[in-house]
Amino acid sequence: MTSISIPALDGLTVGDIVAESSFPLTRDSLVRYAGASGDFNPIHYRDDVAEAVGLPGVLAHGMLTMGLAIQPVVDWAGDPARVVDYQVRFTRPVPVDPDLGAVVTVVAKVGALDAEAGIARIDLTVTFNSVTVLGKAQARVSLV
Amino acid sequence: MSVNPAIQGRVFPAVPPYLVGREKVREFARAVFATNPINFDPEAARAAGHSDVVAPPTFAVVVQEATLAQLLAEPDAGIDFTRVVHGDQRFSYSRPIVAGDELTATLTVASVKSLGGHSMVTAESVVVDATGAHVVTATSTLVVRGDE
Repeated sequence: MTSISIPALDGLTVGDIVAESSFPLTRDSLVRYAGASGDFNPIHYRDDVAEAVGLPGVLAHGMLTMGLAIQPVVDWAGDPARVVDYQVRFTRPVPVDPDLGAVVTVVAKVGALDAEAGIARIDLTVTFNSVTVLGKAQARVSLV
Repeated sequence: MSVNPAIQGRVFPAVPPYLVGREKVREFARAVFATNPINFDPEAARAAGHSDVVAPPTFAVVVQEATLAQLLAEPDAGIDFTRVVHGDQRFSYSRPIVAGDELTATLTVASVKSLGGHSMVTAESVVVDATGAHVVTATSTLVVRGDE
C-alpha cells in the first residue's frame, strides 16, 4: 500500500502552477455524463434540438466541464475529500464536434493561502480553443 | 411570464433520501475523468481514513437535482425552464460524500434578482446525512432570460 503524500502548504507560493491537464471530449463523453448525472437535456446529445434553440451544436454539460476541471487538483492534493469548496461561473459553451470532439485544457494555480485554516485556494483556468469557458473557477483545498 | 420575486426566501419540503451507492460513485467518477483510487477502490479509501469510496467534488449535483426540479415545477415561481441557463455553481462541504451515505436535500430560494431584463435565481440546497449533520451545500444561480 502506498501512502498518500499531502502537498505542504508552506511549500506553496501564490502563482505556483500545481497541475495542468487536457481532456479530450467526444460525444461518447457526453452520453456517459448524461447517464451518470441524470442530466438528459437533449442539447447535450441531439444536434437537431441544439440547433433548434439557436446553439452552434451539441454542447458539453457545464457540470461535466466543472467536474473534470477539478480532477487535476484532486490528483495533486491526493484525495478528493481535500476539496472542501468548489465554485465556477459558466461563461462560454463547449461545443463538441461529432467527429473532432473538443479538447478542454485546465491550468491550476495557487490563488491564495490561508495558513491558519490550512487551506490553499486553487484558481483554475479552463479553456476550449484558447477561450476561457469557466469564470471565477476556484477550489478551496484543505492541506492539514 | 417572469420570475415571481415573492419566491425569495421560500423553503421547499425536503426531497426523499438519496442512498449513495458505490457503483454510482464509480460511474460518476469515470464520467468526470476521475482517476484517483479513493474514488474507486474501497481499500484505498479506507487507507485514507474514509469508510468507503469518496464521491468526486461535483457529485452533490446528483443529490441536488431533485430539489431544482421542485423549484422549476413550482406553479407560482414563474420559471420557464426553456429559458433557464445555469449561471454559477458552488459546493461547500463539511465532510465528503462517501458510498453508503443516506442524504436528504432541502432547497431554499436565497435570492431573486433582476438584471437587464433577465432574472437571476439563487437556490441553496442544504444536504444532510441520516443523523441530520450537514454534509454539503450546493448553490446554483439560474439565469432566466426575459421575453425578447
